Amino acid sequence: MILVALIAWPFIAGIAAWLAGRRRPELARWVSALAMAAGLVAVIVEWIAKAPDFSLTGHGPFVASVHVAWVPQLGISFFVAADGLSLVMVTLCYALGLLAVLSSWHEVTERVGFFHFMLLWTIAALVGVFTALDLFLFYFLFEMMLVPMYFLIALWGHERRVYAAVKFFLFTQIGGLFMLISIVALYVIHGRQTGVYTFDYLQLLGTHLSLAAATWLMLGFFAAFAVKLPAVPLHTWLPDAHTQAPTAGSLVLAGLLIKIGAYGMIRFMVPLFPQAAFRAAPVFMGLAVLGILYGAVLAFAQHDLKRMVAYTSVSHMGFVLLAIFAWNTLALQGAVLEIVCHAFSTGALFAIVGLMQDRLHTRDMDKMGGLWLAAPGMGAFALIFALASLGLPTLGNFVAEFLILLGTWPVSEPAAVLGAVGLVAATIYALWLVQRVFQGRETPALALPDLTVREGVMLAAMAAPLLWLGLYPQPLFNAVRPGLAALQQRAVRAPTPTAPGAILLSPPAASGSSTLNAAAAQPVATDTSDAPAPGGAQ
Amino acid sequence: MNAANFVTSMPIVAVAVHDVVTLLPIIALIVSAVVVMLAGTFHTSHRLTVGLTLAGLFWTVAMIPIAQIRHDHQVTALLLLDDWALFFIGLLALTTAGVVLISYGYLARREEHPHDYYTLLLLATLGAAVLVASTHFASFFLGLEILSVSLYTLIAYPRLRADFIEAAVKYLVLAAATAAFLLFGMALVYAELGTMSLSALAAAHVTGGGAAETSLLVGGLALIIVGIGFKLGVVPFHMWTPDIYQGAPAPVTAFVATVSKGAMVALLLRYFRQVSLSPHGTVWLLFAVIAAASMIAGNLLALLQSNVKRLLAYSSIAHLGYILVAFLAVGRSAAVAVSFYLVAYFLTTLGAFGIVSELSGPEADADDIDDYRGLAARRPLLSATFALLLFSLAGIPLTAGFLGKFLVVATGANSRLWWLLVVLVASSTVGLYYYTRIVVAMYVQRPQDAPTTSRLLRVEAVVGSRAGGSVLVVVVGLVLFLGIYPAPLLRLLGHIVANLP
Repeated sequence: MILVALIAWPFIAGIAAWLAGRRRPELARWVSALAMAAGLVAVIVEWIAKAPDFSLTGHGPFVASVHVAWVPQLGISFFVAADGLSLVMVTLCYALGLLAVLSSWHEVTERVGFFHFMLLWTIAALVGVFTALDLFLFYFLFEMMLVPMYFLIALWGHERRVYAAVKFFLFTQIGGLFMLISIVALYVIHGRQTGVYTFDYLQLLGTHLSLAAATWLMLGFFAAFAVKLPAVPLHTWLPDAHTQAPTAGSLVLAGLLIKIGAYGMIRFMVPLFPQAAFRAAPVFMGLAVLGILYGAVLAFAQHDLKRMVAYTSVSHMGFVLLAIFAWNTLALQGAVLEIVCHAFSTGALFAIVGLMQDRLHTRDMDKMGGLWLAAPGMGAFALIFALASLGLPTLGNFVAEFLILLGTWPVSEPAAVLGAVGLVAATIYALWLVQRVFQGRETPALALPDLTVREGVMLAAMAAPLLWLGLYPQPLFNAVRPGLAALQQRAVRAPTPTAPGAILLSPPAASGSSTLNAAAAQPVATDTSDAPAPGGAQ
Repeated sequence: MNAANFVTSMPIVAVAVHDVVTLLPIIALIVSAVVVMLAGTFHTSHRLTVGLTLAGLFWTVAMIPIAQIRHDHQVTALLLLDDWALFFIGLLALTTAGVVLISYGYLARREEHPHDYYTLLLLATLGAAVLVASTHFASFFLGLEILSVSLYTLIAYPRLRADFIEAAVKYLVLAAATAAFLLFGMALVYAELGTMSLSALAAAHVTGGGAAETSLLVGGLALIIVGIGFKLGVVPFHMWTPDIYQGAPAPVTAFVATVSKGAMVALLLRYFRQVSLSPHGTVWLLFAVIAAASMIAGNLLALLQSNVKRLLAYSSIAHLGYILVAFLAVGRSAAVAVSFYLVAYFLTTLGAFGIVSELSGPEADADDIDDYRGLAARRPLLSATFALLLFSLAGIPLTAGFLGKFLVVATGANSRLWWLLVVLVASSTVGLYYYTRIVVAMYVQRPQDAPTTSRLLRVEAVVGSRAGGSVLVVVVGLVLFLGIYPAPLLRLLGHIVANLP
């Protein structure tokens, strides 16, 4: 039930914040901040309590789950469960949610209650997305979060906010709809094979597909997740959305929303269609390398500080995509670590840019220079996060990218080499950022007050996890390893077909494992997707 | 065709006493129309007329369980009041009740003599009910004409404005022309098959998948489809939709968009559902092309509109296209999908035009997108409602529209209508763009950005009625309920569809 509470809590708190905001704007901020803090404490307590379970290999990967029938006629259930991977993502949701509330403390002055309502509803849908194991529920929340995010950008964003918000909405929507077709097609094929029409992820894992069918369905999922991630030809919404969003919006977008793409690929796309995914892996790894290099080059070319940080996201997400299709323990652990570290390092850079825009009313790097003298605190933090972004050892991003390259090497040497070139490019743009903004000739026209205590604490809170994960990432690996191992067992990188009906992921006994076994026991036709359609199914 | 054959194919018009029980919902509509008309002659208040109309409609709905008691649902050869027909009669009556309530405030602001308006609404509903229950060309045409003739008058009802009359004449000319098409099609089919029963027609086009598709039968069917397509407002018979939607008073537009179209969809689904069994037959391809063209043209043309009523007109063309996708899928689940989609579409369309009515002053309807600039600041609840309804039309989760679209995609995938689904996905993403335009106007833009402030002041002055507000509250509640917990309605629809042939 803790999971249901964690999903419902921001929904309720959001309404409370809205109502509070109608009386006094300040109240909405406090309600939201306290709600996020309480949620963060709850999820950390849960994590520590469940930590021993992570190491028990026989226990199954899920530490908590809830399974309730929702629309029984269609085989839809409210099925949420968390393994270590989900728990990491949920923790990240609450942590960044809290930081988003804190970072908008002075920035948002209009419709404050409504802003926090939208922000908390986005967080709630995100928590749901990272725990949903019913594909319908997953899609439901995946789409639902677009509306509050759209409002966050369109109402509180910068000068071209409407354009950016609509572009974000349309890109994600069309990708999502292709995924919907894939989800439904998988549901239909599974129903024809077994007679059980269900959106339950664990049961759908056992579906046998012809390679052609699997490839088409996989591409539907890829369309949705590649837009979110973003993979290179589909990335054009991201610089606009990140740049135009308010700081809290950029934080949530960069820290959480685009991570759905990575999470979705790891959790759903590859395990559901392993052969098809691995057959297409060279293409996707090529896109990943392209993203790493292209994002880095474009980041270097920007004048708009925020847009530059946005392009670095494209580059970093290229590493994550590379790791997912390398699909081995090293690379996947690196991917999860990159997801977490990128959330904090890029989130912090967005926060700093937001603070600077608040004070300077510009994001144009050409107008800046020598700001270290005026604001040494801000400069120091910017340097720390820029160094994290370029992958300096002792900070978490280094460990992540190192592991990713290490894991990629046995799969594809050229991809690993080119990815390493991307690290060099990252060094250039990150140092160039610090050079142009904080060093160089002073611009006396700009008055930049240094960080306040609240801002300093906020940035320090974002730097701390990077340092911790850079020095001692083992607790995180311990948490995610069983879940990742189960997924890897399900989808073996070598192109050997798994035994028919083999289910290697099993939920705890409480969540209906009997039905799962029943489904597994069904004889599975080798190729049913081309069988004639039985009229009037269901 | 000799004379004897003609006589035997005529319906036996002998209503037994027990048939009266089955006919109760239709009788209820007739009686309430008469009562409302008579009440109008005694110069009763507007309020009382509305009360009587609502009482009549709820009485109709209350008669539905009684009509269900008897197992023989066929009344003569003309009408069949089975669960399917009764469900739609109930839906149509309740939707009309919503239209009555939003009309109340709209007409009250215009201070006209409103009594006959309600009589006509009841008559139009009666026509739609007969249409839904018809099993024979005669009752089909009768129902259609009762509906259409009432609509001509309804559209022109607020006499003092020329654009209403213009819209009514347009509708009259086009509807009369398509009625002629329909009759000629019926004549051709009759010449070929020697029967006027709709179920015989349905059987003929199924068995006639190949060689039996004579040119006469296909020609007759095509002409009938023209008539049906006109009523549905699908491409290429959609030309009237934007003009009528824009020209008619907002509550009447709501009626045209919901009751008039919905009744035809219900009829279509009952008799042409088997078309899905012979994919790539002539009729199937005809419908597939119509569906794809409606989705594409509706969504693309809606992009160009700056008039909210016209925009909703084009969006309704696209929505009928989505419905046709599910209609082309096989199985009972397709019928469930179509009827669920229809319920969601009824709710959102009624709500959307309810909002337009609520904002419309006596001189003109609030239909320019500029009228909605900065509405969120002045009327936060109304704007939130409109935004929710627009997201439902766009098919965003938490709303009934999402579940409807999901069911359409599910049934389409079940029947492997891949290319239609791809068209649906691509075109509905375009649809999302123009829905967000209205949302942006309401929430992001400020009133002072509007080019003409005079229009704005007019909208500002309008105070909504409590009756219209209550409809919106119910609509919002149902849209959210069906979006979050659709299981009860799906169960009901499952039972109803189980008895379809």
